[in-house]
Amino acid sequence: MKRRLPLIIVLVLGVFGAVAFVIPHPIVQNIDTSIRNDVVRIITAFSLVLGVGSIIRHHVVKAKRKAEHWPYSYVTLVSLAVTAILGLFGGIDPTSPGILFRGAVGNVLSELHIQTLYDNVMIPLGATMFSLLAFFMASAAYRAFRARNFEATLLLVAAFILMLGAVPLGRMLIKPLPAFAEWILTVPNTAAKRGIMFGVGLGTIATSLKIILGVERGWLGGGGS
Amino acid sequence: MMLLVLGLALAVGFAPPSDVTARDAPNDDGREILVNWTPPDNDRLISYRVLRQADGAGAWDTVGMAGRRASSYSDKGTEDGIEYHYSVVAVYEDGFVGSEPSAYAVSGPQWFNADRWRHIAATLLFSFLIVLFTIMARRGSKLFIRRISGLDAVEEALGRATEMGRPILYVPGLSSIADVATIASLNILSEVAKKTAKFNTPLIVPNRDPIVFTVARETVKEAYTTAGRPDAFTQDMVFFVTTQQFAYTAAVNGIMVRDKPATNFFIGMFWAESLILAETGAATGAIQIAGTDALSQLPFFITACDYTLIGEELYAASAYLSHEPLLMGAVKGQDYSKIVILSVIILLTALALVFSIPVLDIF
Repeated sequence: MKRRLPLIIVLVLGVFGAVAFVIPHPIVQNIDTSIRNDVVRIITAFSLVLGVGSIIRHHVVKAKRKAEHWPYSYVTLVSLAVTAILGLFGGIDPTSPGILFRGAVGNVLSELHIQTLYDNVMIPLGATMFSLLAFFMASAAYRAFRARNFEATLLLVAAFILMLGAVPLGRMLIKPLPAFAEWILTVPNTAAKRGIMFGVGLGTIATSLKIILGVERGWLGGGGS
Repeated sequence: MMLLVLGLALAVGFAPPSDVTARDAPNDDGREILVNWTPPDNDRLISYRVLRQADGAGAWDTVGMAGRRASSYSDKGTEDGIEYHYSVVAVYEDGFVGSEPSAYAVSGPQWFNADRWRHIAATLLFSFLIVLFTIMARRGSKLFIRRISGLDAVEEALGRATEMGRPILYVPGLSSIADVATIASLNILSEVAKKTAKFNTPLIVPNRDPIVFTVARETVKEAYTTAGRPDAFTQDMVFFVTTQQFAYTAAVNGIMVRDKPATNFFIGMFWAESLILAETGAATGAIQIAGTDALSQLPFFITACDYTLIGEELYAASAYLSHEPLLMGAVKGQDYSKIVILSVIILLTALALVFSIPVLDIF
């Protein structure tokens, strides 16, 4: 029963989800929306508790055992605690202050809210990670454009034409180059992309069907059938 | 109001819109009526104003405007079950004139969206093929599936990690469990975990989504049990990191740089972080196997990883790795579905080119 119940739930909800796609009636659509939004939100809330428990456990164990690089675990745990305290008691932003620094008027603490943390820590750190992409793109391009075999040479030539076609110099050197670059992008490139998309679409149907019918049980941890 | 409109029409002599009809919008969830009319032939026409009168109400309300080339309007503000009739006022450069009121129309929801017959037909056909081959596989038919080098490399990559005594990193994508690519990734994780259990190789599975984390942990736990090594499973193998995209990326990069896994799996749905992850992994010297159906991320993985599962290979992977006949049957069904699609494309292209048949109208 422990295994059969999830399979029955998946079968019923899977079939309902497919049927709801062709039934526009509000009765069906409201149930579908409720399952997709409300039920998923409730499950996410519960699993978030498990997730936070997991990260705390993971780093507490690491710090206790003094495993390799254990000081980083303290950084994570302290950051987690500060963010949680500020999020729960520090208020969202100056327009909705919390109880933590209510009396602290005119000093730096009165400006401390979860939004302050987000604007001054999360966003700059996220932007920093994203900026790394530029450097990684250069190193990946170097690796990709080394003409080691036929495919890599083809990639190199196509990329060279596209890049040259996108700048004014390309048009100055060879007049039809931008049009040719555009053709590469819209014809062979689109053809290859559509081929992949057909495969992805069919793969999605097949995987969904296998899960709904209970043939694929890897997600239950049991693998196979 | 109507009297005024009709009166003005008579006064200035402009032609009003004719044949105004109103009907319930088809294939919808109600609260919508479609209004159609025949436009008057006059170059001085500027626009149309659509008026509505509910049954029993005396007043006519303006419900919307339409451009001079329009011949229809969709009123999305109706109440189901109430009778409405409509009039369309043609606005000219120097006057306006209203049509005769339409017959009553009532909006209501439908129980079937007939516009989606193509989806139903295609889904039924592909589902039939998949179920057919699954039944054939169940009955013992031998099914051939072409070699997928990225999946053949899984054993080799696991063996390498075992020999080097280093862990395996498995990133199940950054999407939620609602993404089919994530589910496909978890199916592959199950097979990978069975092998790491067999070889006693450390496995690291960091997660971005809390639900995916919960499912991934159960998947790995169950795989270790199936492989006969429940004692080798530890809770620390699968852990939640953060829901923030780049914070997660930084954490996984940190794991790659500090723990130096011998093999990295990036399988599932990825966005801008794909290249950051794959390039960091390449710099650490790990064997990297990636798989995604995100078209925009595929070039990055192909460039920075040793093997890449492209699109559908991701969905075929669990069948390929497990050699489970029932799962192989579904893969075969996918292949035959592709033959059907290609045949239809070739046939319709030929019809369009040779006989100038407007085949796109069929769909």
